[in-house]
Amino acid sequence: MATPIDPRPEPGPPDTSARTRVVLAEVVRSGTRAERTRAELTQQTQVGDALVRGLVRAQLALALRLSLVVGIGLGGLPLLFAIAPEVGTAKLFGVNLPWLLLGVGAFPFLVAVGWAYVHLAERNEQDFTDVIQRPER
Amino acid sequence: MDNPYTVPAIIAVTLVTVAIGFYGLTLARTTSDFLVASRMVSPTWNAAAIGGEYLSAASFLGIAGLILKYGVDVLWYPVGFAAGYLALLLFVAAPLRRSGAFTLPDFCEVRLGSRRLRKLATAFVIFIGWLYLVPQLQGAGLTLATVTGAPYPLGALLVGAVVTANVALGGMRAVTFVQAFQYWLKLTALAVPAIFLALQWQADSRPAVTPVGGPVFSTATTVVVEEPATLTLPDGTSREVRPGDELSFAAGEQVPEISSVAADNGLDWLLPSMAGSDDRGLFATYSLILATFLGTMGLPHVLVRFYTNPDGAAARRTTLVVLALVGAFYLLPTLYGVLGRIYTPQLLLTGQTDAVVVLLPGAALGNGPTGQLLAALVSAGAFAAFLSTSSGLLTSVAGVVSTDLLGQGSVRDFRLATVLAGLIPMVLALNVSGLDVSQVVGLAFAVAASSFCPLLVLGIWWRGLTDAGAAAGILAGGGAAVGAVLFTVLGPELTGWPAVLIAQPAAWTVPLAFTVMVTTSWATRRRTPADVGAIMLRLHAPEALRL
Repeated sequence: MATPIDPRPEPGPPDTSARTRVVLAEVVRSGTRAERTRAELTQQTQVGDALVRGLVRAQLALALRLSLVVGIGLGGLPLLFAIAPEVGTAKLFGVNLPWLLLGVGAFPFLVAVGWAYVHLAERNEQDFTDVIQRPER
Repeated sequence: MDNPYTVPAIIAVTLVTVAIGFYGLTLARTTSDFLVASRMVSPTWNAAAIGGEYLSAASFLGIAGLILKYGVDVLWYPVGFAAGYLALLLFVAAPLRRSGAFTLPDFCEVRLGSRRLRKLATAFVIFIGWLYLVPQLQGAGLTLATVTGAPYPLGALLVGAVVTANVALGGMRAVTFVQAFQYWLKLTALAVPAIFLALQWQADSRPAVTPVGGPVFSTATTVVVEEPATLTLPDGTSREVRPGDELSFAAGEQVPEISSVAADNGLDWLLPSMAGSDDRGLFATYSLILATFLGTMGLPHVLVRFYTNPDGAAARRTTLVVLALVGAFYLLPTLYGVLGRIYTPQLLLTGQTDAVVVLLPGAALGNGPTGQLLAALVSAGAFAAFLSTSSGLLTSVAGVVSTDLLGQGSVRDFRLATVLAGLIPMVLALNVSGLDVSQVVGLAFAVAASSFCPLLVLGIWWRGLTDAGAAAGILAGGGAAVGAVLFTVLGPELTGWPAVLIAQPAAWTVPLAFTVMVTTSWATRRRTPADVGAIMLRLHAPEALRL
């Protein structure tokens, strides 16, 4: 790599300027490594494919985990009201619990889950980007 | 109704809608402006526009009416309508934006590369769009008839014509401004009267919502019977009533039950349905939850909006804002439904419970200027709901018709398609009457949940999906749901389990669609697109990489 840049026609013994060139070459090589990982992605090599599969799996697992939270938290309510009628008759602030849970509580709950998802999904993507752009460090 | 403010308020909303549309027209110069607003719409505008477009007649009028009739069990409608955006956020929002697909048929072609699947998706987009448009126009006709006494076709034709002209002339750019404005109008139109209503309820020393023995008339009321029915009086006696009979009730008298209107009373209204006694109710509840949670992502007018986001991450944040905006709105209809038990119980006799939101301010606050102004505000908000949802639906149906059926999607094609797509639901709305607004909208969600939801979720997350599998799943699940819709609208009335299975089909059609889609894809796995890896990368790779 260093030889074509070397202006001298004959290779001589290494000196300090040669060391400087090596450092420059290191920077260029680290750039090409990131480039290479990107190429692995776009050209669908085995490595690139495995990376994408990992990202998709992480994002899907996150989405499924959070939908499980909603599925139990909200989806379990009709069953709960059906098998434990005393929950339906319980009162909070003079209002029956199902009215409070469904009429008011459900909405902040959904927004909170959505906020957590956006936060965690962006972190997954950041991790993925870091792997691509700073490999082997 | 002799409210001097209502008609001016409705005209003002319509004029402002048209004016903003023309303001957009001066900005819309190219086909790209028309179709996707040149992707220059900021996330806040876009979120308000999505919210404005989504909150339809069913949300603004229908939910409160259902709560007035059936009580706690139908609170799942607002919860599900909001939760649909969470499902959209979790499984669809960012990858769909990255796919670059503008419509559902586009997505079919991008992901599976099949022209035939594209045609099938087009047919479903048009069916869902029209199924959703007809009740909007009907709601407009009923509201105008309720508040001004105008003949029913006038409201339907007015909204249909304004929306068709606005979409055809201004396109989507204009629609984005219109929709964002209408979200805030709708929120204000429910929130401000709600404050006055709550204060009035306090001032009336908090009358009980569920008095022992059922709802009572708060003032002297006269009800005109419209169809033959059996009236069951509180003392247990019953008598037949005929159309044209006038029934007079004194203040404090109990509301009798009438056989022509199905409604829950007493504890059935207050408490959730119990196990054992009402398994069908539990099934219907879960079916409704599935349809609304999973149906939102398959609605054509919701999906189009995502293309106006600059990238996938913005699409995600926009969806979160929409979830918050829509959730804030859905706190309000419940209040109207509950207070309607106290101030407008006569609707339980006439069956026109969809009118509760429009009638409640006048009924509770009296005929003074405050009551009249607030009633006019609510009517204006209702018209904003019809105009905005119809605009969004028409834009997406016309977009699909112009690109897939007419030609290349030029501005001229788009205008022609808008007129075609607008005329047909107008004709249907004039001829099909007696459909319940919320029920039809619920059926549209069920069709979307059993056709496009599996297509999107499996298409985005599963490499094994094939075009044959997708088509088979859409035909099986979506076709079954369409059949249930047609049977509900046209067929004879059913009782028992068949009635529940047909009226709330999602609990069996959604699993059917997923199962057929997965098994057929397995059976035809040699048809998996060769470029599936590249597509997965495109759907899921973050924008920061700039691949």
